[in-house]
This record gives sequence, structure tokens and C-alpha cells, in this order.
Amino acid sequence: MIAFLSDVPGFSGPQTPLEPAGPQALQIEHTLLLIFWITAVVTVIVFAVLTIGVLRRRVGGAGLPPPLPVDPKTERRTTWIVGGAIGVTVVLLFVMMISSFIASHRTAALAASSTMTINVYGHEWWWEIEYPNEAEPYRIVRTANEIHVPAGTVIDIHGTSRDVIHSFWAPNIHGKKDLLPGYWNDLTLEVDKPGTWRGQCAEFCGLQHAHMAFQIVAQSRDDFDKWFSSQLNPAPDPQTPQTIHGREVFLTHPCVMCHTIRGTTASSTVGPDLTHIASRTTIAAGTLVNNTGNLTGWIANAQSIKPGCRMPPNPMPASDLNDLVAYLETLR
Amino acid sequence: MSDQRAQLVLETEPAESAEIRAERLARVWTEPSGFLGWFRAVHHTTIGKRYIVTAFIFFLAAGLLAGAMRLQLAFPEAHIMGPDLYNQIFTMHGSVMMFLFAVPMMFEGLSVYLVPLMVGTRNIAFPRLNAYSYYLYVFGGVTLFAFFFVNSGPDRGWFAYVPLSGPDYAPGKRADIWAQLITFTEVSALAVAVEIVVTAFKLRAPGMSLNRIPIFVWGQVVTAFMVIFAMPGVVIASTMLLLDRTASTQFYNPAVGGDVLLYQHLFWWFGHPEVYIIFLPGTAIVSTIVATFSRRHVFGYLALVLSLIATGFIAFGLWVHHMFATGIPQMSESFFTAASMMIAIPAGTQIFCWIATVATGKIVLKSPMLWVLGFFFVFIIGGMTGIFVASVPVDLQVHDTYFVVAHFHYVLIGGAVFPLFGALAYWFPKITGRMLSETLGVWSFWLFAIGFNITFFPMHILGLRGMPRRVYTYPAGAGWTVLNQIESCGYILLFLGVLLFLLNVWHSLQRGAVAPANPWGAGGLEWATSSPPVPYNFLDLPTVNGREALWDAAPDQPVVVGLHEDTREILTTRLLDAEPEGRDEFPAPSIWPFVAAVVTTILFIGSIFRPVAVSIGAIPLAIALIGWFWPTRRESARRRERDVWQKET
Repeated sequence: MIAFLSDVPGFSGPQTPLEPAGPQALQIEHTLLLIFWITAVVTVIVFAVLTIGVLRRRVGGAGLPPPLPVDPKTERRTTWIVGGAIGVTVVLLFVMMISSFIASHRTAALAASSTMTINVYGHEWWWEIEYPNEAEPYRIVRTANEIHVPAGTVIDIHGTSRDVIHSFWAPNIHGKKDLLPGYWNDLTLEVDKPGTWRGQCAEFCGLQHAHMAFQIVAQSRDDFDKWFSSQLNPAPDPQTPQTIHGREVFLTHPCVMCHTIRGTTASSTVGPDLTHIASRTTIAAGTLVNNTGNLTGWIANAQSIKPGCRMPPNPMPASDLNDLVAYLETLR
Repeated sequence: MSDQRAQLVLETEPAESAEIRAERLARVWTEPSGFLGWFRAVHHTTIGKRYIVTAFIFFLAAGLLAGAMRLQLAFPEAHIMGPDLYNQIFTMHGSVMMFLFAVPMMFEGLSVYLVPLMVGTRNIAFPRLNAYSYYLYVFGGVTLFAFFFVNSGPDRGWFAYVPLSGPDYAPGKRADIWAQLITFTEVSALAVAVEIVVTAFKLRAPGMSLNRIPIFVWGQVVTAFMVIFAMPGVVIASTMLLLDRTASTQFYNPAVGGDVLLYQHLFWWFGHPEVYIIFLPGTAIVSTIVATFSRRHVFGYLALVLSLIATGFIAFGLWVHHMFATGIPQMSESFFTAASMMIAIPAGTQIFCWIATVATGKIVLKSPMLWVLGFFFVFIIGGMTGIFVASVPVDLQVHDTYFVVAHFHYVLIGGAVFPLFGALAYWFPKITGRMLSETLGVWSFWLFAIGFNITFFPMHILGLRGMPRRVYTYPAGAGWTVLNQIESCGYILLFLGVLLFLLNVWHSLQRGAVAPANPWGAGGLEWATSSPPVPYNFLDLPTVNGREALWDAAPDQPVVVGLHEDTREILTTRLLDAEPEGRDEFPAPSIWPFVAAVVTTILFIGSIFRPVAVSIGAIPLAIALIGWFWPTRRESARRRERDVWQKET
């Protein structure tokens, strides 16, 4: 296939199909650009013919001329032209159809070389990420809204939903795949080089559909392994009086009704696992940058930031809140 | 001819002068007057006008809702409205545009008004059913808005996917309202579909054989068949949703073996043909206007009719292309890619035929023709982006993004609203007896066309920059802000364009020039009667000698005689060659269709709260239907007489 520009000017960014970061998105981009150029040329030709036709055959004046008699010679000639145009249309449609079949086939064929599986569960309105390990089930990593992958490795995203239908879409890497309750769907990904890309839910899923993003963080094999082994650890015990009090606040407030921090008694699965919350760059499914101010505001009143989400407002004295945030920030 | 039959023909031979006959026909056919009379009306021009006006009001309402969305999206992370209101508004916008504007306007309104005139008969088949369908449609729409105004508008999208709309995730009555709105509009669309098929197949003027039916009528007939086959899909989907919600069935509950994809298959079985149900009447309008303003018969009549029929069939093989991301096996997806690309062939054929008509005719650039030229430019772009979404891999990227929003607004506004404004400009003189101002018409066209492109073209770019649809806001750093602001500005031009059109209508109704019977020198039969049409449509029922009845008429074109003019009698003809076959009598005005519609409405709304309302409501409904069909002695006597006459052949 003709070599295309891999980035289309004006369409770059961390969440665009036209700046591919993997073989799947690149393959799709080729098909997209092929269809774009064919349809653009056809559109221009049709517009030109139409415009010339109107300008040449236009009659001025206020009155309406009498209807033209049917001229068999003109009709015959026009029939040939129209027939030819339909013929060209059919051929072009075939070209685009075959190219799309080839792209489908190539993107699907990559699944055969997949060496790693990541489970993704859609929730209203966040993403639960799980790195399964059937051989050693105690070595499962569970995180939220941030998918770390080793660059250059073919990965199988194995997804379903815990509630309504969501759609997993990281356009720089591949097209979307719906996460449906009652079904498991698979999406094969490969990221070429280290970097961070943004993805977002693409199926309307209720109040906070707009705030349901995630990140794909591609790392070199070494960095990934380092990240992975640190994620396997339970939460470290707090060392300072402030953070010790922070943990107490966490364990004595409604936080434990929904969240897990491994290494403590908090083990609920309604909300994201917080064991390594401080290692993540965003909170609230990509809504806020993970810093002290945002985290404090989020805990105090998530409803003002993401109205309708499951996180209730947590009124507590400012000192408790500060200690709690200080504790959470130790969870690297 | 037997003696008895000859006697009958002689009896009905018009012996009197035209004035006396006109007066008698008017006495028989004029709609009842007064307050109650308004609810008893059954003539297709009355009901058709009501459909058009009502659907246009819903169009304006849904357009204002779009303005609210554009306001919210003009700024990133805006707090002009919250997600709850935004979700209600975008759901209302989609549902109202699809169910209360597009189908009732393009199909029901235009076909009810125009088809009987175009085939040269005195009224639509099943006129009381027609009145019933209108009232049901209005009541459905009013109910929807009533619930919206008390903060109970549906908020699950115009598609209301389960389980999001199911009992577990959609508390309250919002999703139920949506499901019943579907029932209202489907019943009324199905009723009109049956009327149109029968009118076009059995009530055509003698001589209007199948190959001479105006393309507009063909378009509406194909649409009617599509309605008949597509609507049951969504009726089942929404009824099962309602049962899940109110009667604790588990059709869509995966936890106990239900299936969430079943809903999508049923919904899109209807949902994709729905697009063509909206678009085919648009093409039918284009074929009509192009012929009139190119001053020639439309090029490729046969190809156009076959394209309409082919579209009608292929449209039922595309539904899965709305579901490419759901994990359907690749082999089946390829099939639907092929089918989706295949439908471009009849669409392309139609476009080429119209361009050929333009290029070999004499173009008169009046405002209806301007709207049709606008249609070409907008719809062709929409058709081309359709190829992107037909291709599985590309669709996986653009599906559920603003690219798709751009695509279907180009297709639906291009394919339906542009032709519709053309149609309103074109048939306005016929319907009202007044001409629209050409200057205002040209201005509103340019405002609308430019505003439309400013509003919707940047959406293609937004989609390819990764903006998903149905989001109530977006982050400031995403690079989507400027394009969204440009779109919101475009909305202002669109708004002004429509406003100018309304001004034009108002002004022309007040003091527009009086329209002659045939202001455009067109060839259709609807132009053979006065503007607006007399209550009996035609003094002498016409016969037809060619595809454009008035252009091809012989100098001594005969008219139909032999019908009783002191009752509502019409001529029925044979399906293929439209040779006269018999006479039939149409029902008189009646209050019962209105009563039946009121009872049905109470039944539908009641069933949202208590399923038993269906059983209880069936009793008054049965009473209303008995009243509706109650025969009178004289009618029956006349029917027996006609039977003798007809069976003799």
C-alpha cells in the first residue's frame, strides 16, 4: 500500500485516530485516508459537473419556459454517461470494500501473537483494570483508569461491564470495542513506543459519560516490570503521626464501604482500588490531575465535580481531611 | 354493457352545469364546521395540513433544544446546565426530531396531503383511520413534552439502550415515557402507511398505470412498505423494554439469561430503515422539483423507481453497521460492510439521474430549486462520509464520535430538511392559495445553507480529533473548544434562516400574491385543481396519458364520468394498468376517531403506571370502535346496489 503520512497535520494529540501509536491504528488510518481521497475526488468531480450543468443550462427571466419535448438522441447519450458513472461507482466501492476487508483482517490477525491479557471492567463511571495471572492467582494487579503496557508487546484487552454498556476507545492505538454486561469482548493492542495516550468511554452510559476517561501508559519492558512489581506490594504502613491518623480516618469513615487498600481491612470493590492511588496521574477517571488540592476537593465533595457519581460527599473536619490526603499520598 | 348497468351509467351522467355539480359536490365533501366539526374532519387536505403544521412546530421545538446544547458545548467544562438536564435535552432533541418531526413530516404530512391529489382521487383511503392517526400522534407528542416540562423527560438517548434504560439503571418514569412515545408514533405511522399503499394502488386515476405513477408517489409507497416492515421491530423492542420495567419480565437482564444485544438488533432493524424512511420522501421531492424546474421529464424514470425499491430492500440489510463495536464475528461484519456499500449504488444512481436531468434541461432558479441544489451539495458530502462508517475498521474509530454526528446531520438535514423546505416553497401556493416571497425565500435559503455548514462541518474534524458524542461537556485542554464555538455561532445563522422562513410564511398568509392553479407550470395532477384545492379535490376526476399528467395530456383528455356525486363516491382502479374497476363510498366525518384516540392515549399513558390499564382501557376503546364502524341503513343499501353493478363484469 502507498506510504501515507502517519500523522495528519492538525489532527495530532493524545486522543486522535490520525496520530497512530500502534500497528492497529496505523492500519485503520491507511484505510481511512484511502476512502477520504477517493470520496474527496469523487465529490469534487460531482460538484463540478453539477455546477457547470446549472450554470450552462440556466435560463433567466421571470417566466417559466414550456416543458421540453423528450429527445431520444439526448436520452440515449445521457444513458451511456449515467451508466458509465454508475459503473465507476461500483468499481470504486469495490476498491474501498476490499481495502476495508484487508484492514479488518490484518487488525484481527494480530490477536494470534498476543502474549499478555489485561482484563478491563467498565463501571459507571470509571475503569477497573486487572492483570490476571492464572498460574499464580495471588499475583494479580488491580488498578483503575490507568493501563500500563510494555511497548512492543501484543496485548489482549479482555473486557466486560459491571453495569451498563460502555465502550473502550483509545483512538491512537485501536478502534473501539463495547464492554457489554453478559458478554466478554476482546481487543488486541500493540503500542509501538513508550508514551501516554488518552482513551474515553464512547458509549453513552448515563450522567457522567463525559467524565469517563482512562490513560494508556506504554513503558519499556524494564520500566513496566518495575511498575508491575511495585503494584504487587500491599500498601506500606504509614510512618508519621499525620499519616497514621490519616489511615485511621480512612478506616473509620464511609471510605471503607466502597474502596480497597490492600494491607488494611478495607476491601470493598464498589469503587477503585486505592492501594497505589498516589502512583496514578489522574483521579475520577481522568477528570482531575492527581494532586493534593484536587484529591482533597474530590474527597470533600465529589458531587460538585462529577454530579451523579457514586462517591458521596464526605463532611469531616479539615484536619482529618488533610491527614487522610497525606496518608493517601503515601500510597505509591 | 347490460341494461341495468347502462341505466346506472345514464343516471350518473353529468347532465347539469359545472356550477350545479360543484355546489352539490361541495355540499357532500365540505368538512363540518364549528368547534366539534374541527374534531370530526376526515378530508386528507385537512388532516395533511394539520400533520405538516404540527410536525413543523415539533421541528422548531427540537431545534431550540439543539440551541441549548450548542450553548452548553460552546465552553469547556461549562456549568450552564448539569448532566441530568443535558441528557434529557439531547434525548428529547433526537427523539422529537426522529419520531415527531422527520417521519410525521416527510412521510405522513406530505403523503397524506399530496398523494391523493397526485393520483387524482377525492380523498385518502381509510379517512377516519387517517384522522385517528393524527390525533394519536399529537397526543403522543404533547405527552412527551408535558413530561419533559415537569423534569421527567427521557434521558437515555433516542435509542434508549438497555440496560441503561432498564429497571436497574433508569429509575422513575423517564424511560417509560420514551417507550410509549414510540408506541404512539408507530401506531400512527403504520396507519398512514396502510392508507398510502391502498390509495396509491387502488385509487389512481384511469391511465396512471404503474409505469406512470409520479415518482413522488412511488417514493411514498416504498416508504410506506418500509414503515410496515420496520416499525414492528421497534414496537417489539420498546414493548419488551416496557414489560421489563413495569411487569418484571427479564428479556434484557443478562443476570438471568436475558440479552442486552437483542435490544440493539431489534432497535436497529427499525433504526436503519428509519433513516431511509426519512430520506426516500426527500428523494421523491427532489425528483419532482428537479423535473419542474429543469422543464423536462425527469431523466431515468425507471432507474429512479428501481433505485427507490432497491433502497427499500437493501435498507433492511444494514442494521449491524450500527453495532460494529459490539463484538459481532468478523465474517458477519464483512457482510454488513458489503451491504452498506451496496446501498451507495442506488443512491448514486439517483444522484446521477438528477444531474443528468439538470444538465439536459432548462434550469429556472426559483427558491424550491435552490433548496434542491443545496440538497445536492449537502447530501453528497453526507453520502460520502457514509462510506467511512460502512467500513468496519474505520467505523471502529469514528463510531459514536462527532464524525458520526456530522455524518447523519448531513444525511438527514441534507436528505430531508433541505428537500422539505424546497417542498414547502414548492407546494405552499397549492396548500394555502398564496405565493411565498421569492426574495425572503432566497435569503432564508442562504442563511440556512451557510449556517448549516458552519454548524456541522467542523464536527467531522472534532470527531477525527477524538471527541465522543453525547458528552455534556469536555475538558479545556482537549483542543475541541474553538471548533465547538464556531459550531455554536453557526447555529445562530441556522436559527435566523428558519426565522426568516417563518416570517415569509406569515407575511404571505397575510398579503401574499394569490396563487394560480399551476404557478410553476408543473406536470403533476395536484396542479390540475384550484389552489387551495376544493373540498372534493377535482370537479371532474382526471385521466392520465403520461408520467407528467398535465404536460402529456392529450388536447381532448377525457375525464371520469359515472360516479354518484350526491354521496362520497370514488373510483377504484386496477393495480397494474389503473383501468377502472369499481366504485366505492368513503365514510363521512365522524367524532369517533377522535374519541378512540383519546381513549387509546389514556390506555397508553395508564399502562406506564399500571399494566392493567391495557385491559381496563380496552373496554372504552371497543365502544369507540363500535361507534366508529356503526353502519347506517342507507349506506348499506347503496353498498348492495354497487355490488350488483360491480359483480356483473
